[in-house]
Amino acid sequence: MGYVRGLKCRECGREYPVDPIYVCEFCFGPLEVVYDYKGIKKVLTKRAIEKREMNLWRYRELLPIDGDPQVGLKSGYTPLLRADNLAKALGVNELYIKDDTVAHPTLSFKDRVVAIALTKAKEFGFDTVACASTGNLAHSVSAHGARSGFKRFIFIPATLEASKIVASLVYEPNLIAVDGNYDDVNRLCSEIANKYRWAFVNINIRPFYAEGSKTHGFEIIEQLGWNAPDNVVVPCASGSLLTKVWKSFKEFRELGIIKELNTKVFAAQATGCSPITTAIKQGTDVIRPVKPNTIAKSLAIGNPADGYYAIQVVNETGGTGEDVSDQEIIDGIKLLARTEGVFSETAGGVTVAVTKKLIDSGKIARDATTVICVTGNGLKTQEALHGQTVSPHYIKPNIGSFEEVLDNIRRGGK
Amino acid sequence: MAVKVRIPTPLQKLTNGKEEVDAAPGTIINLLTDLDQKYPGIGERISESGKVRRFVNIYLNDEDIRFLKNEETEVKDGDEVSIVPAIAGG
Repeated sequence: MGYVRGLKCRECGREYPVDPIYVCEFCFGPLEVVYDYKGIKKVLTKRAIEKREMNLWRYRELLPIDGDPQVGLKSGYTPLLRADNLAKALGVNELYIKDDTVAHPTLSFKDRVVAIALTKAKEFGFDTVACASTGNLAHSVSAHGARSGFKRFIFIPATLEASKIVASLVYEPNLIAVDGNYDDVNRLCSEIANKYRWAFVNINIRPFYAEGSKTHGFEIIEQLGWNAPDNVVVPCASGSLLTKVWKSFKEFRELGIIKELNTKVFAAQATGCSPITTAIKQGTDVIRPVKPNTIAKSLAIGNPADGYYAIQVVNETGGTGEDVSDQEIIDGIKLLARTEGVFSETAGGVTVAVTKKLIDSGKIARDATTVICVTGNGLKTQEALHGQTVSPHYIKPNIGSFEEVLDNIRRGGK
Repeated sequence: MAVKVRIPTPLQKLTNGKEEVDAAPGTIINLLTDLDQKYPGIGERISESGKVRRFVNIYLNDEDIRFLKNEETEVKDGDEVSIVPAIAGG
């Protein structure tokens, strides 16, 4: 048996049983899973966790399932890279990359949340899973759903990058490409979710789904030798990941797994879609929705459902929000690849570029320990880099032609 | 003609299970008052002290009213209004 006691409205505190529901019937506040922390504290220790398999289910008592894990048994436990080259480039001492570019099976942190969502969908007895997606979630629901035998309906904005569409289609889901932006898709899906009895992972399964993001944070702490970092820079689309990373840190403190917690949480967005960081900079908790216009499509949510809570976390922890231009995002992707050999999608370019900006402006101290969350793989959004990378050296198939080029390269110091 | 209002599942108990109901034209806030007269209790679920609740999104003909004039947005006969709870992203 699991340790979930029920669901509770974050706004008005009304309690609900464990069902595929997601908003408070009274005030429309989001529902959140309530755990029996006393019970968990008795069984979940550092030693217990360390003995388990290297996947996200090693923290299963803090995940909202009742029975055994059923989906994503190899998901999670991605590397935390100590990024000394990047640290040097940015002028800080200790920098880490939480590298979800290699998440199993679809190379983004969405593999975490979907593992939990589909396990829960099985527990609820659904035969069809669905999602509204900017790409990464589509891939993960398509793939995890294929292996675990669900019918799948995937709704995406029709304007998504071609490579992101292929990366869903290969798993043969029912892919519905909607003529509209992500917020239009989301809105349509919430109406569809009302009508059909499907497990919409980010709608009626959302309270459970979103908890999966905590594993990104649990791993950061475990991989830092059971310590919380001084700073963590988290990309924001809906704001859910940021709030859950912070929740994971707080849960570990609550359980006594870490003793101290003084982490500042920083929100990172693209300037072309920055409703959360704009509100933080303006000192308000009222989100003004925007019409997204950025290459960081995986973060292009103009109407972020968890934005309000993300702002609270940033303020509560003494962090701040920052946003970066499309060019800075591209430069961030290239910097990370050049220094650390990690090719991130545009969202990772956002967090790297935002970190640079926060260091340059003194908001991240040079002697502090900082973790940058990199949440998806760059092979998915190669279009963003067309014309932006170095060029190949074209030669004839003879040694003379090669050595001519080699001389040029050596003169350039490479 | 009247204004068509699409009701989300959690509120359909108050509209006798109807997904779509009619309301009088006017500003959004007046429309909510009108709805509340027809379906008592629905008003306070959607708004509080004249403001739409934080986790409720209202759309006029597919446009978020926050891009228009918020609660003061004018709604005409034949328009379509959707009330949608905010949902998480992906």
